Amino acid sequence: MKKLRKLLSLLLASLTLCALFSGCHGSRGMNEFAMPEEFDMSRQYEISFWAKNDTNITQAEIYARAIENFQKLYPNITVNLRLYTDYGKIYNDVITNISTNTTPNVCITYPDHIATYLTGDNTVVPLDELFADERYGLGGSSLLFDSPTREEIVPQFLEECSFAGHYYALPYMRSTEACYINKTYVEKLGYTLPDKLTWDFVWEVAEAAMAQDGDGNYLVNGQKVMIPFIYKSTDNMMIQMLRQKGAGYSTEDGEILIFNDTTKELLETVAEHAGTGAFSTFKISSYPGNFLNAGQCIFAIDSTGGATWMGSRAPNIDISKDKLVQFETVVMPIPQFDPDEPQMISQGPSVCVFNKADPQEVVASWLFAQYLLTNEVQIAYSQTEGYVPVTSKAQESAEYQDYISRGGEDNQLYYDIKIKAAQLLMDHTENTFVTPVFNGSASLRNAAGQLVESVTKSVRRGETVDDAYFERLYSETSALYRLDQLDGGGGFGKEELGPLPATAVVLLAALAVAWVLIILYVCVGAIKKKKGRGRP
Amino acid sequence: MKKYIALLLVVVMAFSFAACAKTETKTKTDDPKVKGEGVMTYAEYIAADMDSQVVIEAYVQGHQSWWDNKITVYAQDADGAYFLYEMACSEEDAAKLTTGTKIKVTGYKGEWAGEVEIMDATFEFLEGNYVAAPVDATAWLGTDELAKHQNEVVSFKGMTVEKIEYKNGEPGDDIYVTLGYGGASYSFCVEVYLTGPDTDVYTTVGDLKTGDVVDVEGFLYWYEGPNTHITSIKTAA
Repeated sequence: MKKLRKLLSLLLASLTLCALFSGCHGSRGMNEFAMPEEFDMSRQYEISFWAKNDTNITQAEIYARAIENFQKLYPNITVNLRLYTDYGKIYNDVITNISTNTTPNVCITYPDHIATYLTGDNTVVPLDELFADERYGLGGSSLLFDSPTREEIVPQFLEECSFAGHYYALPYMRSTEACYINKTYVEKLGYTLPDKLTWDFVWEVAEAAMAQDGDGNYLVNGQKVMIPFIYKSTDNMMIQMLRQKGAGYSTEDGEILIFNDTTKELLETVAEHAGTGAFSTFKISSYPGNFLNAGQCIFAIDSTGGATWMGSRAPNIDISKDKLVQFETVVMPIPQFDPDEPQMISQGPSVCVFNKADPQEVVASWLFAQYLLTNEVQIAYSQTEGYVPVTSKAQESAEYQDYISRGGEDNQLYYDIKIKAAQLLMDHTENTFVTPVFNGSASLRNAAGQLVESVTKSVRRGETVDDAYFERLYSETSALYRLDQLDGGGGFGKEELGPLPATAVVLLAALAVAWVLIILYVCVGAIKKKKGRGRP
Repeated sequence: MKKYIALLLVVVMAFSFAACAKTETKTKTDDPKVKGEGVMTYAEYIAADMDSQVVIEAYVQGHQSWWDNKITVYAQDADGAYFLYEMACSEEDAAKLTTGTKIKVTGYKGEWAGEVEIMDATFEFLEGNYVAAPVDATAWLGTDELAKHQNEVVSFKGMTVEKIEYKNGEPGDDIYVTLGYGGASYSFCVEVYLTGPDTDVYTTVGDLKTGDVVDVEGFLYWYEGPNTHITSIKTAA
């Protein structure tokens, strides 16, 4: 009986071991960040900062200068900058580094991306406690720089960083989309720009611009090429159209609503104008600004953060001088379905802080993230493009007001289209919106753009775009972006990795059996020895 | 008994080999001039309308890094070159796309910023191998002839370095290179997805100084004009 009990104990021990092994599966991440009582200034810290610039050396220089000035204030904190020109690449690199606990300390990113980062345990630091800390929080008493208070961050921009019940980022810069227009050609076609741009107006003028002479030259520009309407970010195009129509995109908690009848109607309109050649996209044709500046596009929709590339006097021109055409450029808010209730997306980079085993290192990271909101950094960076500072402290400062008032003084720092683009967002901050953030929201955004791209390509390729087409498109897009797997449960938090794969179960079972056999062998041996010893 | 077992093993092995061979579709078409049935000649490809479906056979001359089941390939046949943008490709197949490998590609003809390319493409491996020798394109600079050789493996000799600029202001991303010849300036690029920071060409270009005279080889890519993706560079003799 005793022997049986021993065996049972051993078996249980083996099973416990197996259970422990199984428990390892899916367990990752680190402890929740806890705010230390004091930031230890006697220690040295080395933190990494992954940032994005718009292929703009001045932006890179501003980051470098911000780091230099921050390090003068905090000589015990070294900030290592890594620059990217693509948010997607930052996202991919962060995802890769989460599994090895080698995320950066501070990272420029989008809330949609943070939602995915949150699938790791305590990967991103919730900033609520840090915001409110009297000494090191926003406007804190122990800070060595003039930080904005929480109230001095534009409320809409700050709220965009709140999801899953916490603030997971600080806004860094904000932009929206704008329509950059060749007014000269609009008027040449016999139209007058309205005070508020509508979709109907844009489509009508775009179709009018397709008239050609007998040699195939477009009448409006005398060239062989004319794409009157080009959209840079088709995800934004679909998202804003749906919002303006009051149609479904997703719920706050991640239920996918985009595959609806309004979406189909919008895509049918896209198909109609893609079919005539009046509409195309960046992915299919190239940068809207290049076509605009060559006199081959009339309505170019792009970010206000790309304003320095728009117009024949733009500081940044990517086409050869012989292709550049002179025209009057106007920048307006994106077209609307209801011009009295304008709605436009709020976008632009935010900053998140990644969790580390050492809370002191997290505080050092937080101090640097917060430093990016100082007037010095905010104003300098916003002047590089049509960006808007995210704090009222910077927006209302004498320095920034002086900058805004000098639009048109030159075609560099005071390039009028760039300053008008920034002013456009400040005038319409109340009309901006953001899409719900959840695990999977980045995929949904990609799918929204893919719908426009797919329909445009299909029409150009002579495919039939009918009800059956849309049914197939919805199904394929949903599967491609795995939206069918979200099932309204986008949510946040720890990613469940599901049951163990069969191979792992077999391996663990084999291990358990092996252990049981080894232990049995040892026990039987011991019993035999005991018996042997009892022999005379 | 042993004999039977040995025989059985041999048979099983033979079947295994057959199964392995079936994973790759290989057709015997060795002559670069000869095209398979239903495949366009280079002239037919050039004449095809934009957005129309095209089917070509060509030999891989280089490719950018594989990512997300896609790969961008520079390919060429005896008559001209093709840029296969983000072609569907598994990571396993990407490893087999070595220089010279023959492939059959089905996709759609497109144009992006002046670059004529095949997009949304799929491919299959064919039997055959061809590595294109660089054609000296120096004399075509500034002429319409250059565009006719888009995406080919080309060389430019005796070019003077005018400007070297990192896309990001520091090493890590693309390098924009401006080279002068005959009083005119031309854009070149060290494309980081083709030749990354750990390659000789990346570091060599980074070390160049204004006024250096160099010989360059690369793929004659187009972005609003010629924008050769440099694969090799050395100081001119």
